[in-house]
Amino acid sequence: MTWMRGVLALTLLAGFVEPAWAAALITADGSSTVYPITEAVAEEFQKQHRNARVTVGISGTGGGFKKFCAGETDLSNASRPIKPSEADLCGKNGIAYIELPVAFDGLAVVVHPSNAWAERMTVKELKTLWEPAAQGRVAKWSQIRPGWPEQEIHLFGPGVDSGTFDYFTEAVVGKAQASRGDYSSSEDDNVLVQGIATDPMALGYFGVAYYEQNKDRLKLVAVDDENAANGEGPVLPAYENIVKGTYQPLARPIFIYINRQAADRPEVQAFVGFYLTGGRALVEEVGYIAFPESVYELAAKRFAQRKTGSLFGGKGATVGVKLETILGK
Amino acid sequence: MEQAIGGALFLCGAVSVLTTGGIVAVLIVETVAFFREVPLAQFLTDPQWTPLFVDKHFGILPLVAGTVLTSAIAILVAMPAGLLSAIYLSEFASAKVRGAVKPLLEILAGIPTVVYGYFALLFVTPLLQQVIPQLAGFNALSPGLVMGLMIIPMVSSLSEDAMYAVPQSLREAAYALGSSRLQVAWRVVAPAACSGIAASLLLAVSRAIGETMIVAIAAGQQPRLTLNPLVPVETLTAYIVQISLGDTPTGTIEYKTIFAVGMTLFLGTLGLNLVSLWLRERVRERYA
Repeated sequence: MTWMRGVLALTLLAGFVEPAWAAALITADGSSTVYPITEAVAEEFQKQHRNARVTVGISGTGGGFKKFCAGETDLSNASRPIKPSEADLCGKNGIAYIELPVAFDGLAVVVHPSNAWAERMTVKELKTLWEPAAQGRVAKWSQIRPGWPEQEIHLFGPGVDSGTFDYFTEAVVGKAQASRGDYSSSEDDNVLVQGIATDPMALGYFGVAYYEQNKDRLKLVAVDDENAANGEGPVLPAYENIVKGTYQPLARPIFIYINRQAADRPEVQAFVGFYLTGGRALVEEVGYIAFPESVYELAAKRFAQRKTGSLFGGKGATVGVKLETILGK
Repeated sequence: MEQAIGGALFLCGAVSVLTTGGIVAVLIVETVAFFREVPLAQFLTDPQWTPLFVDKHFGILPLVAGTVLTSAIAILVAMPAGLLSAIYLSEFASAKVRGAVKPLLEILAGIPTVVYGYFALLFVTPLLQQVIPQLAGFNALSPGLVMGLMIIPMVSSLSEDAMYAVPQSLREAAYALGSSRLQVAWRVVAPAACSGIAASLLLAVSRAIGETMIVAIAAGQQPRLTLNPLVPVETLTAYIVQISLGDTPTGTIEYKTIFAVGMTLFLGTLGLNLVSLWLRERVRERYA
């Protein structure tokens, strides 16, 4: 029985040996699009700082803001700027936030690799497919473009809590949140990848990083916005096209929002500092487009000065933002 | 002292009754609030379910179709397999075989449903896609089959109990008349245990209807009024999971849909359980 007492004593002792700052916890939640970057940064950060813990959730941009404005998270991932209603909620609860753009994303429209007909689509065709009026009506590929198969189209897309959903509907249909409802919806983009990769009749959209991570199971559709001014013809969400600003209207900046009070904690400062320096390489690794060095320096300065409020006037998803606009702040 | 203990035990019993009462009360209150905004006729007849989107439809039929489809497939698997294994275990197997096989069946019931869900999504679906090329990645067939697998122990043990309740005299009479084991099992014991077996079937159905994890992972999240098992569907339970994990503000109509759907599920399984209970009472009466 003495060995049992020994084990008991050891476990009790272990509890006291824990360092005082072991409970440094940073909570993050929000966009499934930004999640891969924040998660990669968190992993690297925790490797370098063994006493810190960073948890990252995927509730969707909207879901993330709800928790953030209730003070439940320190950091909110967002694939669109904060909406007026969300900014009001934060104000009501006394939560000030620091908005930092972290990368450029191209929304990828993807299909199954065996899909031989949908190589390119115009924004108008995407609108016909995804607008609310299509609900219950547009059910076959042939209804989008004559000549396409007379087969059922299986749609996959983010759910209504997703910033990607807000942005795509704003960019393609013209009004945020205006989408048909009869598709497979999920805030978790991995579910969408799984659905499209296993269904020859599928079509869906999500952040380009998820395409990059699953290149061998998915196929990109080039998007043509029929506007010769920013790039002729159908364009793929490749690095050059997003940087040059020709992948329109589906290229957009993605953000993290930090709780102003949390920003005073040393571990949060360390994390954000790491995000804006070491994070650049991780952004590329994950599959998104990193800003030029200067933009990250400006963001770091913004954080250091604790400048609160949104650069986008709290207006929510804004379409057609070029890199130069971000730079000139 | 006796009274105090009696009182304490009464309280313990009361807790479960009060909890059930509380759950029912919450369901009723919120469902009534839901039906103030959505007419019952629309709820029961609209072929679309899109409460979260701009063009809102509140027809429960697509979700019911998803649930019925997956449950029907599950029962088609579980019923024959469960019943036949029950007959084997109760009429044919020696004590040694029964001692070995029964625990193995119980293991099937012990596997966590989330494991079943991933098994359906990542193993069963790709396997089936080799046989049925047009099977979508999310479908009703795969989770239905796996659910059936999960329910087999339930059907088997309940049917076995029903058959055990059949008096030995019936069996002996049949043997005396020269019947083979199969004839005794199939034509004497099983029909005699009929209501018990039917009760087990109904309980299995209500288990399948209430199953959440397997269908949430493998069946898809697209409410669709269809009986085609090869396409993504959404069940009542998976919808509740989808909304609860999201960011629906309290008090909105989307929030109330959780309770309306929950009430539908509750009434469905309650009805089935009541019928099952009544059937089992009948069995008891027969051999009193």
